[in-house]
Amino acid sequence: MTEITNLGVAALRDGISGGDFTAVEAAEAFNAAVAGASALNAFIVATPDHALESARKVDADRAAGKALGKMAGVPIGMKDLFATKGVQTTAASHILEGFTPEYESTVSQKLWEAGAGMLGKLNLDQFAMGSSNETSYFGNVISPWRRSDGGNTPLAPGGSSGGSSAAVAARLCPAATGTDTGGSIRQPAAFTGITGIKPTYGRCSRWGIVAFASSLDQAGPMARDVRDCAIMLEAMAGFDPKDSTSLDLPVPEWEAGLNADLKGKKVGIPREYRVDGLDADVARSWDEGIAWLKDAGAEVVDISLPHTKYALPAYYIVAPAEASSNLARYDGVRYGLRDLPDGANLQDMYAATRAAGFGAEVKRRILIGTYVLSAGFYDAYYTQAQKVRTLISHDFKNAFADVDVILAPTTPTAAFGLGEMVSDPLAMYLNDVFAVPASLAGLPAMSVPAGLNREGLPLGLQIVGRPFDEQGVLNAGLAIEQRAGFTARPGKWW
Amino acid sequence: MAMSNYRIQGETGEWEVVIGLEVHAQVTSQSKLFSGAATAFGAEPNSQVSLVDAAMPGMLPVLNGECIRQAVRTGIAVGAQINKWSRFDRKNYFYADLPQGYQISQLYHPIVGEGEIEVILDDKDPEGSTKTIGIERIHVEQDAGKLMHDQHPTMSYVDLNRSGVALMEIVSRPDMRSPIEAGAYLAKLRQILRYVGSCDGNMDQGSMRADVNVSVRRPSEPFGTRTETKNVNSVRFVMAVVESEARRQVDLIEDGGTVVQETRLYDPDKNETRSMRSKEDAHDYRYFPDPDLLPLVLADSFVDECRASLPELPDAKRHRYETALGLSAYDAAQLTLEVETYQQFEEMLAAVVAESGKDQRDVAKRVANWILSERPGVLRSAGVAVDHPKNTPAANVALIVAVSEGVISGGKAKEILQAYLTTDTDLTAEIASNKQTSDTGAIEAVIAKVLADNADKVEQYKAGKEALFGFFVGQTMKAMQGKANPAVVNDLLKKVLG
Repeated sequence: MTEITNLGVAALRDGISGGDFTAVEAAEAFNAAVAGASALNAFIVATPDHALESARKVDADRAAGKALGKMAGVPIGMKDLFATKGVQTTAASHILEGFTPEYESTVSQKLWEAGAGMLGKLNLDQFAMGSSNETSYFGNVISPWRRSDGGNTPLAPGGSSGGSSAAVAARLCPAATGTDTGGSIRQPAAFTGITGIKPTYGRCSRWGIVAFASSLDQAGPMARDVRDCAIMLEAMAGFDPKDSTSLDLPVPEWEAGLNADLKGKKVGIPREYRVDGLDADVARSWDEGIAWLKDAGAEVVDISLPHTKYALPAYYIVAPAEASSNLARYDGVRYGLRDLPDGANLQDMYAATRAAGFGAEVKRRILIGTYVLSAGFYDAYYTQAQKVRTLISHDFKNAFADVDVILAPTTPTAAFGLGEMVSDPLAMYLNDVFAVPASLAGLPAMSVPAGLNREGLPLGLQIVGRPFDEQGVLNAGLAIEQRAGFTARPGKWW
Repeated sequence: MAMSNYRIQGETGEWEVVIGLEVHAQVTSQSKLFSGAATAFGAEPNSQVSLVDAAMPGMLPVLNGECIRQAVRTGIAVGAQINKWSRFDRKNYFYADLPQGYQISQLYHPIVGEGEIEVILDDKDPEGSTKTIGIERIHVEQDAGKLMHDQHPTMSYVDLNRSGVALMEIVSRPDMRSPIEAGAYLAKLRQILRYVGSCDGNMDQGSMRADVNVSVRRPSEPFGTRTETKNVNSVRFVMAVVESEARRQVDLIEDGGTVVQETRLYDPDKNETRSMRSKEDAHDYRYFPDPDLLPLVLADSFVDECRASLPELPDAKRHRYETALGLSAYDAAQLTLEVETYQQFEEMLAAVVAESGKDQRDVAKRVANWILSERPGVLRSAGVAVDHPKNTPAANVALIVAVSEGVISGGKAKEILQAYLTTDTDLTAEIASNKQTSDTGAIEAVIAKVLADNADKVEQYKAGKEALFGFFVGQTMKAMQGKANPAVVNDLLKKVLG
């Protein structure tokens, strides 16, 4: 059965519909892989029965000659930020520990309707706040990757979708859902040698996803390759009247539209991303990417995104501001943790519940967000950050008047060791410096594996596209994927 | 416009009171502002709560267009500017009745801008002084839930039925200068909302409540520091709050103290306000645009449709009753006060016109009198409410038409209605059997007997005691069991008595 776990979404789908193996066999294989990988701590809970039940239905449908969905028989991992009916949904926090929704998020519901099954709820940074998966209440996720120096320093799988990236990289699941607020799909994908796309803001419904920063949060797939991402994104995306920010547009057939021939396409290389002291391996990988896209027929031009350096500060105002408000509902009154000390009044209950229920990074961001929205500081911080956000959008708009996609590194470095950055939040935040601008502008952006650095760790290249042009992003990604020939995978040590 | 001369006499001289009202009016709609949950009053606790209203993780608001339509119609009804671009903001604070930890409201860009309404200061004298009160803005926001403190010895319970219900906050300018002006403004606002149908105006059910801002100053000096008394739920209490709070402030200042800007609560039992919280411990609400919602952009066609859907409004209706129907200013004001009253009046007037073939101008006064004075008397003596099932427009119209066509007398009509409401009688048969006579011969015979039986009074009348004329009319009518045509009786009596 180990063979099945090497298959991706397309191969599983085709193998099941072609009768090479059953959906139940696939579910059992991945269930076993999940059960055998507790050392990675990628899952908060495993749901083998969910995967099996979906698989049985797919097998029955196939036997009955019924049409099968886009993801029929593909068992996936679900980031534990998506509400799943009857299955604990925690956002990796203590405050939601034991919370079992009576509703299913729109995105997960669409995946089940497409025939996918759930292997389990994936670990993440608490409330999706973090870049290393070290803020989870349920412990760190350990990347399956190790440096090639022979040491066994545990590495960060990236964050916040660190359970998703580790699980896909370790072949515990062929694909997983992620969410990306300021790089939370792309950075972990880059750190673990997998592919992940954040679509245009509004493509995937946010209904039922535990909110971090509403104006930035966007779900997307994380998988082994570009085609698998295209298939899964088709299943996840679509207009949802329950989300007022949902895009009322038809979902394109991205898989059918895949085309790595970039003749006539123009690729922009933003000079502001070539920062002083850029990691040599990252710079080399970027240059390789440029060469690959030229080889695919694209014209490569230098562009300027002049407000790039203000993106990270603006992001760390806007996202915490929204988070400070979005997380106010976790108050111990209606669900989740309630800490009620003897003789406590309402204020005491709030304080005790939130003190015990939120981790340090979540508290830090609530404090930052509360501060920047406070009377007397609002204009200096929040209003100013919104202006910066508008300028950044204009930068991209100007650039896209001339180019079709933009190519840049996904991250400034490869994965770091767990614990290496936790004491320096600013250094940690800098990890998302290349990812955040596209988030602020709501643009589709993906990370594809480009190669290994001198330590034998994966590096990702990022492609950013025009609003709604996921196809252009996927196609450029495919062109890189075909030329990078990235076949490296972590040796199994867990 | 009249200048108010309401003054508070302090020990050091006269003070003027300055009042502004923030009125919260529950929008009439089937479902809540951002969720599909129902809004009916009086339902079992927590039986009208959606996942959104309970602020479950990952839930998102979706705007209810009907609530916006009602706010726009209300704005147009008070002559206000409609903002085609508005936006929702979050007002952040923690309280157990506020599941999201924020209220979705509109601080920076409200849907309705400046307007005004004209109030009559004495409803007994509608031709007397009026005053125009400015409206600063109307915005739409969510209501909170309700805490129940009487369910458990040490804990409070939360009922989220109201959580997320749509409110309009209607903010006046500080244009009022007396309790009467404040009361008249609130009553007029309620009247307009009920006409428009955007709020049921049921103040005892909390559908409308006012935050009363009061300050005092020496006449013509700058505004003083104001206090805000929250959630006052009747016109009478608003007036009482203004009086007691203004008095408190004057006494405080004259005793050498200063008024602090604070939130206060009104205690109707003691008729006084008391401090709830001061500005120092006021919340910092950290307003910011709600990122779950897009800006609200109204199409011209939507605003036009709202405008076209408005009924005739109170001022226009009152004016029309005076000019087109020839009613007195007082009658017009009384008939237009409540929606139910004018609806009955117009329905009955139309029916009377249709059945009698007379011009509405000729019968309007009769219908108005019937509704405003004659029928209320009958209802009082019959001891029944106006909504008694037999008190139908059709029954009333039959009586009014019968009177107007001279079939029965007005007095008989009242008797018949009372009997009809309280006993098992047939209205049509009663009218037929009480048909009055205009048969001069029969009436003359009765008159002759009445005058003969009261020869002494005839002498007195002829000696100049003309008030006795009514006595002769009454005796004649009585002798004919009320069935004589009073006009004919009058004429014949005058002839006989010279």
